[in-house]
Amino acid sequence: MAMKKDDAARTRLFTRRTALLAGGQLAVFGSLIARMYYLQVVESDRYKVLADDNRISLRLLPPPRGRILDRYGQQIAINQLNYRVVIIPEQTGSLPATLDALSEIVPIQDFDRRRILREVARKRKFLPVTVKENLTWDEVARIAVNTPDLPGVMIDVGSSRYYPDGDDVAHVIGYVAPPSEADLTGDPLLELPDFRIGRNGVERVYDLALRGRAGTSQIEVNALGRPIRELARQPGQPGNDLILTLDIELQNLANQKLAQHESAAAVVMDCLTGEVLVLASVPNFDPNEFNKGITSATWHELLTNERAPLTDKAVAGQYAPGSTFKPVVAMAGLESGMITPDFSVFCPGSMSLGNAKFHCWKKGGHGTMDMVNGIKNSCDVYFYEVAKRIGIDRIADMAHRFGMGQKTGVDLPGERVGLIPTRAWKFAATGIPWQQGENLVAGIGQGYVLATPIQLAMMCARIANGGFAVTPRLTRDLVEGARVENREAVTFPPLGISQANLAVVVRGMRGVVNDPRGTAFRARIMDPTMAMAGKSGTSQVRRITEEERLHGLKKEDQVPWKDRDNALFIAFAPVDNPRYACAVVIEHGGGGSANAAPIARDLLIAAQQRERAKLPLAQRYAATAAAGPAPDTEMH
Amino acid sequence: MQTALFASRHSRTAVEKLRQVNVGLIFLIAVVSSIGFGTLYSAAGGSWDPWASRQMIRFVVGVVLMLGVAVVDQRVWFRIAYGFYFAAFVLLVIVDVAGAIGMGAQRWLDIGGIIQIQPSELMKIALILTLARYFHGLSLEEIGNPLYLLWPAFLVLAPAALVAKQPDLGSAILLVLMGAVIFFLAGVRVWMFLLVGGSGIAAVPIALKFLRGYQRQRLVTFMDPESDPLGAGYHIIQSKIALGSGGVWGKGFLQGTQSHLQFLPERQTDFIFTMLCEEWGFVGGLALIGMYTLILLYGISISLRSRSQFGRLTGMGVVAAFYIYAAINMAMVMGVLPVVGEPLPLVSYGGTSMMSLLIAFGLLMNVYVHRDQFIGRWGSGTEG
Repeated sequence: MAMKKDDAARTRLFTRRTALLAGGQLAVFGSLIARMYYLQVVESDRYKVLADDNRISLRLLPPPRGRILDRYGQQIAINQLNYRVVIIPEQTGSLPATLDALSEIVPIQDFDRRRILREVARKRKFLPVTVKENLTWDEVARIAVNTPDLPGVMIDVGSSRYYPDGDDVAHVIGYVAPPSEADLTGDPLLELPDFRIGRNGVERVYDLALRGRAGTSQIEVNALGRPIRELARQPGQPGNDLILTLDIELQNLANQKLAQHESAAAVVMDCLTGEVLVLASVPNFDPNEFNKGITSATWHELLTNERAPLTDKAVAGQYAPGSTFKPVVAMAGLESGMITPDFSVFCPGSMSLGNAKFHCWKKGGHGTMDMVNGIKNSCDVYFYEVAKRIGIDRIADMAHRFGMGQKTGVDLPGERVGLIPTRAWKFAATGIPWQQGENLVAGIGQGYVLATPIQLAMMCARIANGGFAVTPRLTRDLVEGARVENREAVTFPPLGISQANLAVVVRGMRGVVNDPRGTAFRARIMDPTMAMAGKSGTSQVRRITEEERLHGLKKEDQVPWKDRDNALFIAFAPVDNPRYACAVVIEHGGGGSANAAPIARDLLIAAQQRERAKLPLAQRYAATAAAGPAPDTEMH
Repeated sequence: MQTALFASRHSRTAVEKLRQVNVGLIFLIAVVSSIGFGTLYSAAGGSWDPWASRQMIRFVVGVVLMLGVAVVDQRVWFRIAYGFYFAAFVLLVIVDVAGAIGMGAQRWLDIGGIIQIQPSELMKIALILTLARYFHGLSLEEIGNPLYLLWPAFLVLAPAALVAKQPDLGSAILLVLMGAVIFFLAGVRVWMFLLVGGSGIAAVPIALKFLRGYQRQRLVTFMDPESDPLGAGYHIIQSKIALGSGGVWGKGFLQGTQSHLQFLPERQTDFIFTMLCEEWGFVGGLALIGMYTLILLYGISISLRSRSQFGRLTGMGVVAAFYIYAAINMAMVMGVLPVVGEPLPLVSYGGTSMMSLLIAFGLLMNVYVHRDQFIGRWGSGTEG
């Protein structure tokens, strides 16, 4: 009985405690539900974002870089498909076996093989590793045919910059290269492995416009980062096409002509608009090498070559202008009022100043010279006298008005300023006052005076266009899609010089080429409608000693290259209605009239002929935009 | 022997008993297991292979075992309880010794390479039966005497220590909590729980010292998961993201991004509740908890109806084990408790947990089938 009673008590206790426990259990479930409600309902939005952050990976789609076209729509810089073979390690049965099989189709060097194995070891197994780039069509085809035997091997297409005219445009276009640490701006586009940044030339100046905007692709990835599928794609904006003022065929011609010399530069520009048609510098280099990844041997050679192939001598080469400076001195004299066009000097072959003797280039002298004849014959003594009378500061002022001694502002990097000395400059720079003799030397464009070829071309253009402050430019338009954004033709302010005085100088320059006694008569243009006017210059790079004068000057080819004179020529055409101005500088090229003038002549003839054969720009661009690669322009 | 097991002179036949087995409970178990099959199907990316199909086979085998356990005479269970416990204990010692000889964690006993037994699972069932039998024979007065509690406390703590040493913290916690529930229901005085609980809390710093490196790490990261987002805290963070991003209605079957893109670890075992809630949302989670609650209430009502203290305690022991699994697992994936490795009952992939749970439910049904069975303090008795 006692046991029965105890049983009943035990049962009651059990029931009570079970109820208590069940209540506790339900309470715990309730709080779990509350927790679940908090996570899944209250905080759900936050976690949805976190889940998307987890799974969605944003990939950048690099925009195609804008093309660079010449003034007639010829392609100077394009994007070429770059076929490369990649290997996806996880899809190969055996990586070494696949590599062996692949190497029978495309040779794989030992060091390439080691690099591939290294990359494979480092990367995740589903990420492709590049085996070889820049495959030929033949190699692509052979790999494609053999894909069944090459598990995990794929052909991948990238885009790389290609310059069809390579060397000839190297200095103007520059090149592209992977961004360096210093270039990184935080824009993730720059960190894409295939991305290239403009490194020099217009590629660098207009880099941002050419670059375009990156598109994005939302890719779903798993926890290991393996892409599962594309969720959304926002196409980027391709880079703008850039139309240069350059005429690629004229540029090729200039390079071809200059290449006969070891180191030279030439500029042809439009006197009225400032458009640069030719900007050439030799020796040059192949910018495509940089895109592919230049070898250290090639790079070293480019750097150490004493002809400085990497330097754009057209804008960064500074030369004593020699006699090509004389038109500026003439203008300074005429504008000062101290010299009239009739002002005459007798040239006996030299001029004495104190106990120094200043020689004319013509040993026997020119006899009596006025301004026009002084220019035509390039009489040094005549300009010694003019310079002595007006002094360096008047010459410098006129040179500055013609744009010398300062950057022309052409849209290229690395332009240099040249040098136009003044009294104040010399005293500040050396502490020694200006000497009278230095007036004489400056009067024939020697001594301290330095100019770049593009400055000389601009100076010549300002003479030719009747004294307007034209400045050179290389770009015509930036094109967005099919819309051509035409820049308004710029009008240039007048230099404020007398047309009559200018006419005197032009008459002299016309004589240089067209008068049988002119220094460059042999380089004249026969067709009178295309005739040019010009001025030769031969500048010494080294002082001629008295001894050499006594024994007679050596012939140019007997002197070491480095010691030979620089040959210069400036010209414009057609002389009656000037349109094109040209400057040619040949380093250590001997006489300007003999070596530089023929190149200037050929370029000016070609420029005038081509202009007559060409269509207006807008039509040309529409044609190439529709047809893709530009057809041969000569056909039209 | 055959008759002794299945049909004593006075008792019903096995078939008669089968008719009395609670169909509603079997139905609930089947529904919850089916939720598991569906989730495993999704976890494999929409494939019966490798998890769902095997789980289904185990379920079928498990249900057969469950029914077998249900129809065995309750007194047989009563009689073999201590022997069963002893056998399970010996096996536990054997795996611990084998583990000490071998390397690292050893939870399995491999017999001939064919049958693998996890003694900790056997022990869970053995402990329920043993404690139920022990307290069945104790009067209230005796229960009030702490001296009578030393032995059952040892019966709980010794295997718990062995299991913890394997190391299987989840099972050890289960054994202790389950034991505590049976102690409580048997009528052990509340002040004793307070005393033991209090001293337990005081012993926490000492216990921490004995935890393995990764176990302690789990506790630390549980306290502050953001402290190690890519390491040990990763599981908890990713689980919360998966749960939260599921929202009210979920991302849809087979659409869980966190699970399918493998951000969620162990989605087929410990974190299967997370996956379920990612795809079916708050509503899906609520439905499962609802099912669990129904099973819980069913189990409680079965236990309350039993005439014998043995039956009541056995039933509630099974209910407790089931409930502890569910609550700890869900609390763990929601970031409320540290990750200790408890499966979600009937849903998580894993043969042994499914088997032992179904066998345990077999005991619960056994209690229902024998609800009117009288068992004397020392095992005698007749069917009432």
